[in-house]
Amino acid sequence: MTPHPRSESALTGGAPGGRALSAPIMGRAEEPTVFELSSPGRSAWSFRTTGLPEWTAEDLVAADHLRPEPVTLPEVSERDLVGHVTRLSARQYSVDLGAYPLGSCTMKYNPKLCDDAAGLAGLAGAHPSAPAALTQGWMELLGDLAARLCAVTGMHAATLQPPAGAAGELTGLLLMRAWHRDQGRPRTKVIIPDSAHGTNPASVTLGGYTTVTVPSDARGCVDVAALRDRLDDDVAGIMLTNPNTLGLFEEDIAEIAAAVHEVGGLLYYDGANLNAILGVTRPGDMGFDIVHMNLHKTFAVPHGGGGPGAGPVAVSERLAPYLPGPLPAVGDDGAWEWVTPARSIGRVHSWHGNALALARAYSYILANGGDGLRKVAEAAVLNANWLRERLRGSYDMPYDRPGMHEFVASAASLKRTAGLKAVDVAKRLLEEGFHAPTVYFPLIVEEALMIEPTETESPQTMEALAQALERIAADPGGAAAAPRSTPVGRVDEARAARRLIPTWDARPGSAGPE
Amino acid sequence: MGHFVPHTDAEIAEMLAFLDLSSTDELFAAVPDALRLAGGLDMAPGLSEPDVAAEMGRLAAANAVLPELVCFAGGGVYDHEVPAATRSLTFRSEFVTAYTPYQPEVAQGVLQMLFEYQTMVARLAGLEVANASLYDGASALVEGVNLAVASSGNSTVWLSRGVNPSWREVLRTFGAGTGHDLVDVPVADGVTGWPGDGQAGAVVVQHPNYLGCLEDLAEARRVADRAGALLVVVADPVATGLLRSPGSFGADVVVGEGQPFGTPMSFGGPLLGLFACRLSHVRRLPGRLVGETVDVEGRTAYVTTLRTREQDIRREKASSNVCTNQTLIAVACAIQLSWLGTGGLRELALRCARGTRYAREALLGIDGVTPLVGAPTLREFAVRTPVPAATVVERMADEGFLAGVALSDEYGGGLLVAVTERRTRSEIDQYAAAFEKMVR
Repeated sequence: MTPHPRSESALTGGAPGGRALSAPIMGRAEEPTVFELSSPGRSAWSFRTTGLPEWTAEDLVAADHLRPEPVTLPEVSERDLVGHVTRLSARQYSVDLGAYPLGSCTMKYNPKLCDDAAGLAGLAGAHPSAPAALTQGWMELLGDLAARLCAVTGMHAATLQPPAGAAGELTGLLLMRAWHRDQGRPRTKVIIPDSAHGTNPASVTLGGYTTVTVPSDARGCVDVAALRDRLDDDVAGIMLTNPNTLGLFEEDIAEIAAAVHEVGGLLYYDGANLNAILGVTRPGDMGFDIVHMNLHKTFAVPHGGGGPGAGPVAVSERLAPYLPGPLPAVGDDGAWEWVTPARSIGRVHSWHGNALALARAYSYILANGGDGLRKVAEAAVLNANWLRERLRGSYDMPYDRPGMHEFVASAASLKRTAGLKAVDVAKRLLEEGFHAPTVYFPLIVEEALMIEPTETESPQTMEALAQALERIAADPGGAAAAPRSTPVGRVDEARAARRLIPTWDARPGSAGPE
Repeated sequence: MGHFVPHTDAEIAEMLAFLDLSSTDELFAAVPDALRLAGGLDMAPGLSEPDVAAEMGRLAAANAVLPELVCFAGGGVYDHEVPAATRSLTFRSEFVTAYTPYQPEVAQGVLQMLFEYQTMVARLAGLEVANASLYDGASALVEGVNLAVASSGNSTVWLSRGVNPSWREVLRTFGAGTGHDLVDVPVADGVTGWPGDGQAGAVVVQHPNYLGCLEDLAEARRVADRAGALLVVVADPVATGLLRSPGSFGADVVVGEGQPFGTPMSFGGPLLGLFACRLSHVRRLPGRLVGETVDVEGRTAYVTTLRTREQDIRREKASSNVCTNQTLIAVACAIQLSWLGTGGLRELALRCARGTRYAREALLGIDGVTPLVGAPTLREFAVRTPVPAATVVERMADEGFLAGVALSDEYGGGLLVAVTERRTRSEIDQYAAAFEKMVR
């Protein structure tokens, strides 16, 4: 395959930004574990001088409860601990180092002002049980955030408790369950497209429902005729991601909504891809009844190596009485108070959700405003379509038409002609200094490469990324040996599962846990 | 453009031209006109960075925190010290701005931190394996009960009322989907009174329990054996610095809240769900698990493993839907436990216990203040007060103290008081003096 003929005219002017090959990921040397760095008797801890009586452990704990030996933990100096963790951080790729086009995960740049907001002592230092009179600032923040999320989604009310997208999904399904129970007709099935995230069917099972899969049509969208075949009055609802996991907008959404509502079902919006439509269209206007958002994707909460995120759920008016409580609301005297909805399904988090993650998202929304959020969607969609068009000559494009914020390419032809699999493309891209796309998802695309550039990558970075992907396709030889320039080479995943070593104490020859 | 979109107008025009488009509106041609949002979002325009900072500062200032309000509240979230090293290391942007380590070759930093975290959590629990974190103690409890029910094949859950009431509510919420039969087991004078007979799938006990009292884990193990159930222990990881581990009493699953290790109270989130179990249950372990392996050159490397348990592969047959969890908070926990070390964890628990005894004796010296229950406590205790506990909390706030957590009618009211290593003798003396004045 050859590079796109028009690539000569593409954005080659100036220095390529975001060429992460220069990123200082170092550390080809193994870093010992903190347990190996320990020296008996060494310590880093330091506690406040309290002036309290120095009762002994024996004074304070009955003998049958008292631990005979302390828990064995690392014994390191603060300097050695700082060195260890800093060296480990240098063996880690991140958005702050370079582009991270991991499809579906929305690895955009996270503004530093949001870090400052989350670090404010008046937010981070608050105990969640403090009376409302002492936490008016937090309650206003959460209340206004919920209102803004409703404005973005076109919904009526929201809970901020779910701490991640999957938790939001299950919350939404339990809302669905409570609603149908009160309608006097409990139902058993939830419909999910074959392109859905794995969390969807797993959540359906935990919500007490059976998954019914609806196929995608040749254009990559829900097959509406097949959907109609599956609809009956035992269907509790349908879970849809729109744009879907192929990055395509479900153009028949109004027809789908009408059909599902006709049999008394509800529409659940998986907000994984909400970033694509900010200020353009809203799930509420499409006919959805329940919406979960992944604030870490849509509104730049940094992903933390895998959390904490935030998965608020917003609902239409008829479902609002079922939301988890308590919710912040303005009382008659103008002060914020906690109110639990009349038919609440109950709490889904110990307290009020991942509050500091919510504060980060709130500060991001304030900074962008209504106008900025729309531009987020525009630039995300522009970057994805530009890259898809640019790579058409190098990779298969199974659903080859304009899409939204991400697209799914395929290495199927390259695999057949040159033995280059999706995983090899991913590992080669690591060598090129970028993070890899999501691979082998969605399941309906062979050798899938799911690419989401996000709106924060500049045209120059997009150009560098495109050139890297073109080089990989043009020179597929030897890719099985990739990656060679990373802290470790290709990792033996099969061995990890076969000879499970989940802790330092489980290593061969270890004394084992106490 | 928005603040964080780098494209110039000229670049946008060039990219649109490459796509044979003339405006950004045309990018959304797939969205039917009837669904287009006319007039844009109903939201004010974006603010500058200093303006956002001012607004966030205004909201932060409208909450009462230290030094204005000295915290004696716990109930699952505690006011422990977060040292400079833990703060600084946790917020290295390589950890903060990465995602789930799907590409292990460029994620050894997060993976090794999680491997060290799993090792330390397993040691605290006294069990063989721990996962890479769950959302909070409540979600860890839910997953622990799901594991126990699946493993035993019995959906009856004996749930001690000594378990944090908010966590029990979460368990009840999710139980509506999984269909568990939750049986509340009462607490008498601070300790759970188990049923004499019957069968169950899970026996759940918190130690020390919500009222701060030490439970009899050996008895809980016997009860579980009799009932044919797995024993799920909700453990306070700080107390574990002094107490025999739940694993040593035969717990099958140990869950807990990891916030005390390196994370501020944060208005209750993000928190950290600790989850450990016996190796024999590892195929049902929820969430991510990191294992040690080698790379092609035989060098030590780490990778997420036993992935076939997980939702993205097992889909509707998965026993948990967890994807994104609380990795950064687990990293903070691993750093904090390394900073504490063998001696520091014990010292931390000891200092909490000393402050708790001192405060308890001071409050019980006040006329009309009596113990709510008689069982021994360690780092949290409950008292009956002459005025309702909610009123105590309200009035004590005027004196500069968050007096504790007001207990619900389920426990007969009362005030739950927690003392951490951050509280000095003089703070406790002032707290007791204000308390006395207030109830007099």
